[in-house]
Amino acid sequence: MNALAKIAGYELRDVVRSRWLIGYALFFLAATDGLLRFAGNGAAALVSVVNIVLFVIPLVTVVFATVYLYNAREFIELLLAQPVRRPALYGGLFLGLVGPLSVAFAAGVTIPFVVHGVDEPGQRVTVLALVLAGVALTAVFTALAFVIAMRTDDRLRALGTAIAAWLLMSLLYDGAVLLAAAVFADYPLERAMLAATLANPIDLARVLLLLRLDVGALMGYTGAVFQQFFGSAAGTAVASAALVMWIAGPITLGLRAFRSRDF
Amino acid sequence: MITIRGLTKRFGSLDVLRGLDLEIRRGRVTAVIGPNGAGKTTLIKAVLGLTRPDGGEITIDGTRVNGDESYRARLGYMPQIARFPENLSAAELFSMLTDLRGVSADALDEELLERFALRDQLDKPLRTLSGGTRQKVNAVAAFLFRPPLVILDEPTAGLDPVASAILKDKIVAERGRGVTFILTSHIMSEVEELADDMAFVLDGVVRYAGRVGDLMRHAGESNLERAVASLMARPVAA
Repeated sequence: MNALAKIAGYELRDVVRSRWLIGYALFFLAATDGLLRFAGNGAAALVSVVNIVLFVIPLVTVVFATVYLYNAREFIELLLAQPVRRPALYGGLFLGLVGPLSVAFAAGVTIPFVVHGVDEPGQRVTVLALVLAGVALTAVFTALAFVIAMRTDDRLRALGTAIAAWLLMSLLYDGAVLLAAAVFADYPLERAMLAATLANPIDLARVLLLLRLDVGALMGYTGAVFQQFFGSAAGTAVASAALVMWIAGPITLGLRAFRSRDF
Repeated sequence: MITIRGLTKRFGSLDVLRGLDLEIRRGRVTAVIGPNGAGKTTLIKAVLGLTRPDGGEITIDGTRVNGDESYRARLGYMPQIARFPENLSAAELFSMLTDLRGVSADALDEELLERFALRDQLDKPLRTLSGGTRQKVNAVAAFLFRPPLVILDEPTAGLDPVASAILKDKIVAERGRGVTFILTSHIMSEVEELADDMAFVLDGVVRYAGRVGDLMRHAGESNLERAVASLMARPVAA
């Protein structure tokens, strides 16, 4: 545990000084600030921020983490030649990536809200929920980057896989679900749509956030079902459990790949 | 002392190590030589625990290497390629390794740091250092904790002649203090200069192991390069 914290601490110092990370924070700062200026401080701006966050975080996280792990390959070898356990090194590397990426995003999104203020107190909770969802997605996609980087030897192929994973989960999945909804429109699809949402962390985060914004109706005819399901205590519990599974699953897979890997 | 018995390792369809046996004696410099792809680096990485062998066993001073990390506290390693986190400085790298090992800062061997004149480079980001300078940082890290066993993978490959001579002097001096060395090299004059013993690895097995001088006498050659060439040309019973 001690070694884990030390590794995370030094890696954090490295990642924090990366120009990409600073650019990442500035991007969220500029995008959120711009939306708040032009769309006003209301729910409309928040919906746009949510959509940008859900689109950008998975892409940047999975690509940044994959490239970082490839560049750190020789350094990981050097660290593994020290008296350090592999799980501790894995945990340290993981937190050293998730920490700075999360802080950069959280600062970029919250600072404009603090500066401009919010319309109603309830939106503060929504901003907090947005930050938490963003941190969760950062953890999910960093863990996926570990799985990809540890199982692929070729750097370009790993990068391709990372982008494909993002494309699949953020665009193709929704497309497939919509297509299925259109094809099977005559059948009751509510349960299937719920299951499909739980099976994709980005969709899950989107639904949880949009429901908070009271724009569930924008999500079409299943919106009411979502409202009913996620609005209830049991629904929230199931959704939270699904998100935790989405973090724990890839972390476990990444650890397994890291432990058995030949460097 | 390190004993390696029947070590096997496959990467996909490639048999890299095929039942490799080797004894490495304490307080001596053992050079592992052989053509590219013979399995030298895989052998070294198996001793370090970076690569898990499929079969066979490695024991260091009677303790079997089996994934327990504590034995690496007595081990220094200089990899072939020197790449570090871009935005850390050499000073931060050394303090990270020192922290991880839980060694107090005044117990460190900083002789190479002085002799390479790296003091004024310590606070620069590692990405701004030249490849040779980074390799010097690697060499400093290998000796920093006064390990009784040092493993060097082509140590002088990226170094200029002056730095290379400093490193060789250090190896000779530490050997005099009883440190055991394993090094790989393609430079036969270097092996001749530094090594007491050598292991010639070809196709994943040790084809010859013994004293450097014995090989030259055995092959009837006056220099090591020719002796190794004759070893590669005909099968030799070790």
